[in-house]
Amino acid sequence: MNYDAWENFNGVNWKKEINVRDFIQTNHTPYSGNEEFLEDATERTKKLVGKLDELLDQEQKSGGVLDIDTDTVSSLTNYTSGYLDKNLEIIVGIQTDKPLKRGVNPFGGLNMTQKACEAYGYKLSDKVKNEFQYRTTHNDGVFRVYSDEIKAARNCGIITGLPDAYGRGRIIGDYRRVALYGIDVLIKNKTNDKTMLGNQEMNVENIRQLEELYQQIAFLGKLKKMAKIYGYDISNPAQNAKEAIQWLYFAYLGAIKEQNGAAMSLGRVSTFLDIYIERDIKKGILNEKSAQELFDDFVIKLRMARHLRTQEYNELFAGDPLWITEAIGGMSENGNTLITKSSFRMLHTLYTLGTSAEPNLTILWADSLPEKFKRYVAKVSYDTAALQYENDDIMRPEFGDDYAIACCVSAMRVGKDMQFFGARANLAKLLLLSLNGGRDEMSGTQVAPKKAPYAGEYLEYEKVLECMLFYREWLAKTYVNAMNIIHYMHDKYAYEKTQMALHDTVVHRFMAFGVAGMSVLSDSLSAIKYAKVKVLRDGNGLIYDFETIGEYPAFGNDDDNVDSIAKEQVTLFINELKKHRTYRDAEHTLSILTITSNVVYGKKTGATPDGRKAGAPFAPGANPMHNREKNGALASLNSVAKLTYDICKDGISNTFTIVPDALGHTLEERYKNLVTILNGYFNSKAHHININVLNKETLIEAIAHPEKYPNLTIRVSGYAVNFHKLSKTQQAEIMSRTFHESI
Amino acid sequence: MKGVINSFQSLGTLDGPGLRYVIFMQGCPLRCINCHNPETWSLDGDKYDLDDIYARIMRYQNYICNNGGVTISGGEPLLQWEFIAELFSKLQKSGIHTALDTSGIGDLNGAKEVLKYTNLVICDLKFSSQEEYSKNCKADIGRVLNFIELTEKEKIPLWIRHLIIPGITDTASSINAIVKIAKGYKNLEKFEFLPFKKTCIPKYKELGFPFPLEQNDECPNTLIEKLAKSQMIPLLTHFND
Repeated sequence: MNYDAWENFNGVNWKKEINVRDFIQTNHTPYSGNEEFLEDATERTKKLVGKLDELLDQEQKSGGVLDIDTDTVSSLTNYTSGYLDKNLEIIVGIQTDKPLKRGVNPFGGLNMTQKACEAYGYKLSDKVKNEFQYRTTHNDGVFRVYSDEIKAARNCGIITGLPDAYGRGRIIGDYRRVALYGIDVLIKNKTNDKTMLGNQEMNVENIRQLEELYQQIAFLGKLKKMAKIYGYDISNPAQNAKEAIQWLYFAYLGAIKEQNGAAMSLGRVSTFLDIYIERDIKKGILNEKSAQELFDDFVIKLRMARHLRTQEYNELFAGDPLWITEAIGGMSENGNTLITKSSFRMLHTLYTLGTSAEPNLTILWADSLPEKFKRYVAKVSYDTAALQYENDDIMRPEFGDDYAIACCVSAMRVGKDMQFFGARANLAKLLLLSLNGGRDEMSGTQVAPKKAPYAGEYLEYEKVLECMLFYREWLAKTYVNAMNIIHYMHDKYAYEKTQMALHDTVVHRFMAFGVAGMSVLSDSLSAIKYAKVKVLRDGNGLIYDFETIGEYPAFGNDDDNVDSIAKEQVTLFINELKKHRTYRDAEHTLSILTITSNVVYGKKTGATPDGRKAGAPFAPGANPMHNREKNGALASLNSVAKLTYDICKDGISNTFTIVPDALGHTLEERYKNLVTILNGYFNSKAHHININVLNKETLIEAIAHPEKYPNLTIRVSGYAVNFHKLSKTQQAEIMSRTFHESI
Repeated sequence: MKGVINSFQSLGTLDGPGLRYVIFMQGCPLRCINCHNPETWSLDGDKYDLDDIYARIMRYQNYICNNGGVTISGGEPLLQWEFIAELFSKLQKSGIHTALDTSGIGDLNGAKEVLKYTNLVICDLKFSSQEEYSKNCKADIGRVLNFIELTEKEKIPLWIRHLIIPGITDTASSINAIVKIAKGYKNLEKFEFLPFKKTCIPKYKELGFPFPLEQNDECPNTLIEKLAKSQMIPLLTHFND
């Protein structure tokens, strides 16, 4: 292959095969300087942001949804072109025909779509209803097959948030391929793959793969048509930076028009795009101001991405997130940094456009990242609370140097790995179910197979572990079965055609399981082991509460007595999951991540031996329970760092909030100390951290005077939200979290 | 060897440079009217083995090894000078920066032993006259000044801290007198004004002790910033660096 569009680009391999990593490695310009080169927003950008802010305001005032097109099923070519301001926009393309107007996407489930429309005062049109009368949705398929046991496990909340009623998401298309190669090369490659596969034995796997390839090719064609609607021909490679961003964005736009997956992450695009920007700057056809404008316009588009969700969904994943996760930074395997000037430009959009929850900007932290970049991101975190950090030094050995993050913490090689997202199992509830012989402690219903409940008056550690053994096995089996069904049906009825077309044909699959309530379980077991826990039973012999006498070491204090329990419980669970074969032989992985579902999980879980009351929220992700950290912030970080990445390869999420004063006196001191904290944490092999630097008083004031803080962003889990998009309960839960203070 | 310790704070950023692991020792011979750690007065408390404390600190090596370190506060740490000297010696051997946060009241020979292994002294200079020290701390200013002179002789970097209590230490003459004393020491690296706060009231309530300054006003941070920037004071605090 050779194209004029590739003029002045180095490298050989990426021209012979689809290989974006090789293109980056042979062409990127590492940057170790500071942020002084950056330019402020231009008048044009300010005008466009003004228009967007107006729409965002209207959206908030209309109850969170500005408008819904109830007549058209969302897909790549079903809408005419739409603009925020046609005369001002540099990068074009929106999901429907009007900005912030949401489409309907009933492929996941028709009922959910109807419910979602009704929640905002709309009605799904008869036209769409009729069309889907003759279609099987993903949701239909799953519920045709679910066993009563799975349904019971789901209803009582021991497994929650399963993607059986919404798009699974968490798949990252390699959107860069469209910019680098153009659609025609991609179609040609996929067509070759299909021809070759067609000559092999026709077994179930190959037949399925062939049909998928057919769909991938068809949707690459649709992507081309979609771009045509906006007046662009993306058959060939992008010629310059503006086209590269436009082509790449069209690919992403196609994906979010087709799929309403929970997390629709972007990948790792900044440094890729930097290569085009550098070339244009050298040619003299771009300067810093116009380069920043390109990024600003691109990010404005990303900030407009929307999906229509039900209320139940919003409880699990609050704040209308799409997890448009962009991984920034990291190091190459050869030791060069992958930081470029465009890593800065992407982050700088938080200033040129104002702070925002999306895109979900994720810093891949490595010990040897340039110091000036580290200081800059610490400053950005301090100013915006919009960043999360993940440990490149532990992910690079697993995934190489061209991986990205799906959703919050899930690493995957771009275009080479995909995952089957699997929400999470509730470990705190597993303990209670085990004590009650398989009965749900909230309702008394027999959920799991019946066994003799715990007999004594006081809980004995060894006996409790033995009870859990049986029910852990049951939970793991039920969970894997549910996941296999879900992903079989998702592949069958809601296959990600655009996104998988932007993957290699042969991909590695992960099945990403998860756990919630890890710190509640650990503290409960610690209380049983080190304090005295008396059980309280109701008239039917159901254990519904506990009396805990004495002190116990709590997770979050760097105390091995309890931290080892946490690690042991997580290990036992993933090992149990691994005993069961997965759909398409996906690799079992585990995350300790809750999104905002820690509130919902808590609501569905009875009182626990750690002293947590029935219905009270869990701590998010791998966080210690609120305000049980008695030895300060670093002790808390040390506890979390003991949960090792090798057992939780789908990520370990930690959300950290510190008041500005506790970081030092001057701003420079605070940035420096924040960098030292991040270095220390990641050198301790921890995986992930969200950083919030803020005072509780700010949040209290924001609740009282929302108009003063319209853009208040806060990291809640593996993503950031606009504080005002959270429910009252969720806001209260965030306020109750530990704010690390100075002494 | 064992030390009597009140508590640990794994992330300190205000008591010495960089990130500090801070240990609060038990026991204090003073009874300052403004004391914000009344729970550390008594020498009774949990005893910890020195090796355990060392191991506990080293768990934070990744955080404190670069520009940070360990700060021993209290209470008055010099009451347990043998323990501190031994701990500091061990920490310095491992390349950990050591800081002593003290009132300057203690056995001078014991202090000398501690200073052998101390990288930084943070000393409270509460008042500028014997009269005020007697009245508000039941202590002898001479002992404090002797201690500071010792740090000067041993060439240990010195930070002096001074609390601004509205109505007691916020007059221009009081501030000038303190600054004048502080400026006299050649080893002085930083001078810092601290604002008087009343966040310790719940601790007094719990212990059943009266807090002598309960009725006094807190010192606003803005006053500290003003003082730090004020031209009257030649030594700027690190609020301004």
